[in-house]
Amino acid sequence: MATHMAEPAAGETEATTENLTLEDQVWLLRAMLLMRGLEERAMTLYRQGKVPGSFYDGFGQEAVSAGAAFAMAPEDRLCILHRDLAAHIIRGVTPERILAQYMGRAAGITAGRDGNVHFGDRNLGCVGMVSMLPDMMLIATGMAMAFKLRGERRCALTWFGDGSTSRGDFHEAMNWAGVQKLPVVFVLENNQYAYSTPLDKQFAVDPVERAAAYGFAGVTVDGNDVEAMFEATRAARERAIGGGGPTLIEAVTMRMHGHAAHDDMKYVPKEQVEEWRKRDPVDRQEKRLGDLGVDIEALRADVKAEIDAAAETALSSPMPDPAGAVDGVFCEGEAEPLGDGVARWSGFSQKAVA
Amino acid sequence: MATLTYLQAISAGLRDELRADERVLVMGEDIGVFGGAFKVTDGFIDEFGPDRVMDTPLAESGIIGTAIGAAVVGMRPVCEMQFADFISCGFDQLVNVAGKMHYRQGLAVPITVRLPSGGGFSGGPFHSQNPEAWFMHSPGIKVVAPSTAEDAKGLLHAAVRDPNPVCFMEHKHLYRRIKGDVPEGIFETPMKARVARPGTDLVVIAYGAMVHTALEATEDIDGASIEVLDLRSLVPLDEEAILESVARCSKVIVVDEANQMCAAGAQVAALIAEKGFEDLDGPVVRVATPDVPIPFSPPLEQAVLPSVERVKEACRDLLAY
Repeated sequence: MATHMAEPAAGETEATTENLTLEDQVWLLRAMLLMRGLEERAMTLYRQGKVPGSFYDGFGQEAVSAGAAFAMAPEDRLCILHRDLAAHIIRGVTPERILAQYMGRAAGITAGRDGNVHFGDRNLGCVGMVSMLPDMMLIATGMAMAFKLRGERRCALTWFGDGSTSRGDFHEAMNWAGVQKLPVVFVLENNQYAYSTPLDKQFAVDPVERAAAYGFAGVTVDGNDVEAMFEATRAARERAIGGGGPTLIEAVTMRMHGHAAHDDMKYVPKEQVEEWRKRDPVDRQEKRLGDLGVDIEALRADVKAEIDAAAETALSSPMPDPAGAVDGVFCEGEAEPLGDGVARWSGFSQKAVA
Repeated sequence: MATLTYLQAISAGLRDELRADERVLVMGEDIGVFGGAFKVTDGFIDEFGPDRVMDTPLAESGIIGTAIGAAVVGMRPVCEMQFADFISCGFDQLVNVAGKMHYRQGLAVPITVRLPSGGGFSGGPFHSQNPEAWFMHSPGIKVVAPSTAEDAKGLLHAAVRDPNPVCFMEHKHLYRRIKGDVPEGIFETPMKARVARPGTDLVVIAYGAMVHTALEATEDIDGASIEVLDLRSLVPLDEEAILESVARCSKVIVVDEANQMCAAGAQVAALIAEKGFEDLDGPVVRVATPDVPIPFSPPLEQAVLPSVERVKEACRDLLAY
């Protein structure tokens, strides 16, 4: 059964360039390259002892966050999980802040209060995750509830994994969003394993079927095709802001690294990893754009230079002042809501509007 | 000035907030059409509509979680737990998401969670609890517990207008039993302790329903001058007021209706031991519910909840120390 569910349901949501300019397509690749390059750099820093705690990455899953986040407007709101770094990049978080965050530096997004990918830049419309992952589905549902109450054409989106589908908050959020027909997009990042637990120990039905059980649409998407992810999310957002209610997008992908840096993944058959390596999302987008005449080597060099500069800045930035460890538990001033993020898709950008 | 019951004061506070601020919405189970299990929101749906007086699915984690989501995009949700006991099902959202949000990300979560709490009427183990200490132990959450009608309204306004998550402990046994004069309009009661009755020989420190138990127990104990300090707020805890009372009275009894272990009163006792030791003229005495689930049958329930008699006896013993 696990094998069956691991196969992307071909044909349900095909990649299409109908809504993407070449510049958009390049941006999608750039976000994925930045995610991969930053995570590789952070892993090196981890091995050098410069990243405290453990280290989690989304190697092989870059298309899921890049494609979905790209379809979101500045005024939309996102709950971003730990294998979704590309979403932060698309919303406008700079590489040096990301590396500073991994290293627990003052310049990190949480200024050292939380680690690794546990962050969300509130000024960019993002709520940072907690470790109880499907909790964030209710946060996204609540944001969507507010949008609907106020009659705003906005949408909320959250990612979560296959393991999350077993928790109560997944079901409470799916039910709530279905009952109230809310403008929310749920992206189920099915990467085959929750830590070491395979899909057949997690659910007895294909999880995308759960959408129908809660009264809304569910689609399965090739999670390793960034343009397919974009298109599925763009359609889900259209449905959401048009009053058509939530969508569950099951993005089928593979966690190519261990749960975290310490995990040797010995529970994953080698053939499974090899099979998925052939579907690498970065390779696929590079091939697609190379065929369109994009200079991939130049783009790679550009991204690498950006990461090198970011690492230098982050490494020279100070650790947080221990005297501040007990500050900021409570908000002392006015409660300020989330701000708008950067939305790079030409469909939202100023250039396209003009 | 109107004379209102404790319950009417809470209703009036909610109604005033809904009228004053369109960002406020109340949400919970059976609060709309039915008006709430205790009728706190009776008739609200007619005035404010089903969007702002929201009958939610039966899902406490859902109520807290969606309220957090709504709050971070600019709403001011007031959640009702049908009984405080049910907050256990929303605990994770409140403690891990709401409580830690501002510290981690600088993002404020202005939600109020109303928690009808307390025993005394055969509610049994799942409709009688006083879970306030769970949240005192969780950073980032304020906890208030009014004992009078005026404070119920004033602290509700303070909670709704606070930029942080606030647990509003409303004691069910006070709902219709307690009445008082309540000023008209919106006023915020400070999250600070109040001297319910001044005295000099001994102070009984309490909050919520136990303030009334303390007042009744100490009306006349052989003519002694007994102070009753009503904490009103547990987070923040008014350390200054507590230590002033201790300095004035030198003998202290701390009363909790909650189970004794690590209750709010344990924190008060620890504070006094640490910072008020030189002022003491006897041991800090605690009166609380023993560490058992709250039993159903009246004689069993009365055997565990702190009674007027138990407080009186504790006062007599300590005065004689």
